[in-house]
Amino acid sequence: MKRLEPKHPLAIRWFHWINFPILALMIWSGTLIYWANAVYFVKLAPATWQKLNLASRLAEGMAYHFFFMWIFAINGIVYVLYTIVSGAWRELVPDRRSFVQAIQVTLHDLHLRREPPPQGKFNAAQRISYTAIVVMGLFSLLTGVAIYKPVQFAWLCRLFGGYQTARALHFYLTVGYVLFFVVHIVQVIRAGWNNFRSMIIGVEVREVPGE
Amino acid sequence: MSDFPTDDSGARTGEGAGAPLIIEPTPEELEAARLAAIEANDHQVAEELKRISRRGFVTAGVAAAVGMASWKWLMSRPYDQGVRWPFRKTLRFNEALASGYFSPKRLSPTFAPSRITQARINGGLGLSANNDPAQWRLTIEGVDGAPHVLTMDDIRAFPRRTMITELRCIEGWSIVTQWAGARLSDVMAKFPPPRTPRYVAMETPDRGYYVGLDIDSAMHPQTLLAYELNGAPLTWQHGAPLRLAIPVKYGVKNIKRIGTIRYTDVRPADYWAERGYDWYAGH
Repeated sequence: MKRLEPKHPLAIRWFHWINFPILALMIWSGTLIYWANAVYFVKLAPATWQKLNLASRLAEGMAYHFFFMWIFAINGIVYVLYTIVSGAWRELVPDRRSFVQAIQVTLHDLHLRREPPPQGKFNAAQRISYTAIVVMGLFSLLTGVAIYKPVQFAWLCRLFGGYQTARALHFYLTVGYVLFFVVHIVQVIRAGWNNFRSMIIGVEVREVPGE
Repeated sequence: MSDFPTDDSGARTGEGAGAPLIIEPTPEELEAARLAAIEANDHQVAEELKRISRRGFVTAGVAAAVGMASWKWLMSRPYDQGVRWPFRKTLRFNEALASGYFSPKRLSPTFAPSRITQARINGGLGLSANNDPAQWRLTIEGVDGAPHVLTMDDIRAFPRRTMITELRCIEGWSIVTQWAGARLSDVMAKFPPPRTPRYVAMETPDRGYYVGLDIDSAMHPQTLLAYELNGAPLTWQHGAPLRLAIPVKYGVKNIKRIGTIRYTDVRPADYWAERGYDWYAGH
């Protein structure tokens, strides 16, 4: 027998779907900034930048970055406040069993372990990822402030190991988002339409034993 | 399920009439009824899901359309100094916050001499004309009466300040350099504006490069009119004989070969700000 079960509250759906394009714009404008001094492992031949229309767009990249950062930051902060006030954090923050269970989830997903670990609303691996991504967001804000205002926030910049280290951290956090995105998309496809739809409409159809 | 008697009340009432009138459903009938109930429930759930889905997807579609329209709108606004005006406005908003928070007491970190890195030459804008340092003069405008004209000896007469600070280029790289020179605030004290201006403008002698500074950044104790770089007099490519060392700003504001300093309340033109960059460019 089918039943509709509430899954994602309206507010969380809004935070999620606002964050998606805004983070994409932050990453894109970040790469426009990055090509002005591409010192990390991501490298393209100058001819390729030209072809991808990424070259010489530093001013534009900075203008976009320092515009969309407000939406990114405010959306993220309000999301965290919402999870605290609503109590949704209880389903999102890992507990002491999560780390062992997360390994079981990974083994199960890789078809190395038959029995599925406890799912709940979010399984242990999801709890860890969805909390880690928020912590990463916080560090993106902090490293961002450190390299945006390295004199006024010199203490913060020093905390991250200086200007260049803070800049590298800011970059590698972005690499982390891209990796998260890839895994997230694969998992959403694996979980199927019902699960994906619940992120849009809020409810999920569940099969329960009929009377 | 309520179509069937669920207790034996019918059996009891039928007692006096002789044969009991109990309609005992067969297991097949029970199963069919159960399936019918499930089907009815599932149908209701499907209808409900359809309704919720329609609402959810219409909302999502409208939100996506509004998002796309906002992007289109943003990307079709006229340019204001090399960048579309909503972004320019936001840069100005960020500037208002940053200059409100700015304090001359917060210093750019300083380094030990061992941390000094190779100086980097990243631009020759404004260095074209008249590269004979002996001919060079610094003009200070925006003062009461005629502009002051200074020679390098006049600049060297000010207390010599040295500092080892990081020069952070707007492109993302940074170097650690030792500067020696006069504090801009000392020079401004000796040749003061009639009243505190909002800005200080600086230009190369050929006016090929020019920057604007907010007064607080200009008066910052680490803002130097520098004549030495890493212990040696400035070379021509580094802006001889006098350039700006201003670690509270990006490298672009560290103008080389200053010809004119002008006090003004009108926001000065700035070479890179005219090309889409943040005018403030402050750290």
